[in-house]
Amino acid sequence: MAGGASGIANRATSASKLRRATRDPGWAKALLISVAVGFIGLFVVVPLAVIFTEALRDGFGPFFAALSNPDTQNALQLSLLVVVLSIPLNIVFGIAAAWAIARFQFPGKGALITLIDLPFAVSPVVSGMIFVLLFGAQGVLGPFLDSIGVKIVFALPGIVLATAFVTFPFVARELIPFWQSRGAEDEEAALVLGARPWTMLFRISLPTAKYALLYGVVLATARALGEFGAVSVVSGHIRGKTNTLPLYIEILYGEYQFQSAFSVASMFALMGLLTLFAKWLLERRIAADIADEAKARDAGA
Amino acid sequence: MTRSRTALPGFGLSMGVTLTYLSLLVLIPLAMVPLRASSMGFDALYAAVSSPRAIASYRLTFGVSLGAAMVNAVFGVVVAWVLVRYDFPGKRILDALVDLPFALPTAVGGLALTALYAKNGWLGAPLHKLGIQVAFAPLGIGAALTFVGLPFVVRTVQPVLEDLDPEMEEAAAMLGASRFLAFRRVVLPVLAPAITTGFALSFARAVGEYGSVVFIAGNMPMKTEITPLLIMTKLEQFDYAGATALASVMLVVSFTLLLIINRLQMRLGRTKEPG
Repeated sequence: MAGGASGIANRATSASKLRRATRDPGWAKALLISVAVGFIGLFVVVPLAVIFTEALRDGFGPFFAALSNPDTQNALQLSLLVVVLSIPLNIVFGIAAAWAIARFQFPGKGALITLIDLPFAVSPVVSGMIFVLLFGAQGVLGPFLDSIGVKIVFALPGIVLATAFVTFPFVARELIPFWQSRGAEDEEAALVLGARPWTMLFRISLPTAKYALLYGVVLATARALGEFGAVSVVSGHIRGKTNTLPLYIEILYGEYQFQSAFSVASMFALMGLLTLFAKWLLERRIAADIADEAKARDAGA
Repeated sequence: MTRSRTALPGFGLSMGVTLTYLSLLVLIPLAMVPLRASSMGFDALYAAVSSPRAIASYRLTFGVSLGAAMVNAVFGVVVAWVLVRYDFPGKRILDALVDLPFALPTAVGGLALTALYAKNGWLGAPLHKLGIQVAFAPLGIGAALTFVGLPFVVRTVQPVLEDLDPEMEEAAAMLGASRFLAFRRVVLPVLAPAITTGFALSFARAVGEYGSVVFIAGNMPMKTEITPLLIMTKLEQFDYAGATALASVMLVVSFTLLLIINRLQMRLGRTKEPG
């Protein structure tokens, strides 16, 4: 660039031009923020407000009555039972899959990751239907199961299987990037110092990944409690017996018991907000864990 | 690090558990669909997937999903831009709320949107006066599918925008580009892969969606009946062959979208890394 007075003047005008061209004008900023807030408001905040307003339309009395109703309680218990039975399976699988994928190189790794994502791509209705095709009366294993008196579809085992299917990828998907982003130095050190593999897993690998693991479990649990389509196919819709909470909401709505339906729905809205809070908290912890390790590695190098 | 990777224990066991569980819970059950479909014979299969009611349901499902994914692409970029580039009160809350559609059961979302857009609802009433019907019409399905796909574009564009070096925009400005031109020629091309990925994720989610749509759609055959609902109806009538035929169409679409999304994400990972 040319020196002298004209050069300085040139630079001054280009600096102001630069600011103008890299920073959005005030009106554009205000407009874009309004559009973003309006969009999230319309699709997220207003629907939430509708749920609570409709739930409390007749006051707190009917609201609590709807929640303490025996049918609601039964549905809640079934939903919790399904979570307790399906999520541990996925935790064990998630840890195993993440360990294999994050810590080892092998052919077909990309394909395996794609297969783990499969349940997210399949329509919930199809996710439930495949278990009916496998275990239902007309299904492949139906006659056999019938002969030994085992009922899977239209009963608790079917709901657990369908829920395990739709929540299958969550834990693995959180653990894989976490372990990948952290090296294996700590684990190698433990092995060199004579730790057994299981000791290494329970004392080093899992404790360092606890927030990532918990994050996966939180997401899977929220989905398991709220799953509708897949469970709707495999449950027999026997009132008070095979109704999870989301299915019970549908029944209430179908019977025009709107206030009750929204009261139960408001519990889910609260759960959703709590999930968001937990997510926010855990994401910060996970980022801090990764940053700490990177710092320690730099200091050691 | 590469040397010692093989020294870690547990490859055989973890791989064994992974493949066994994956096969038992996911692959074998999913294989039932093509297995059952192939036993139907080609003519019966073709008749089931090409019935007028099925065709109407595809048209509705894919058309509305496309519309919802486009709405999410446009507004998702605006939301991501606002969250990354500006500071304003309540920004963190806005950021957190973006994920609500993932945290809320789809049936609950659908219920809320139905109440909101019904003829006597907060928004449904004024819209009804204008002669616009949302609930129990394709527009309502669009609202539900926009809701369930909302987080995808924001969450794919946001990290790319955070990594984007402002020097690129400064360079464009130095060369005389206006703010708008710099955005269109410099920022948008960098964001394009992320927008496409988010769009595809949002579309894939919308195509299979069931829970939020059943409440708001009205579910009239030929008019407001999405394909997952048609599958459900066939299952309730114990027409397993018909349901399987439609499910195989859905699975082919899901697999194709999954493969496209994987490709896109791989490309996204590559462009992001050397930053």
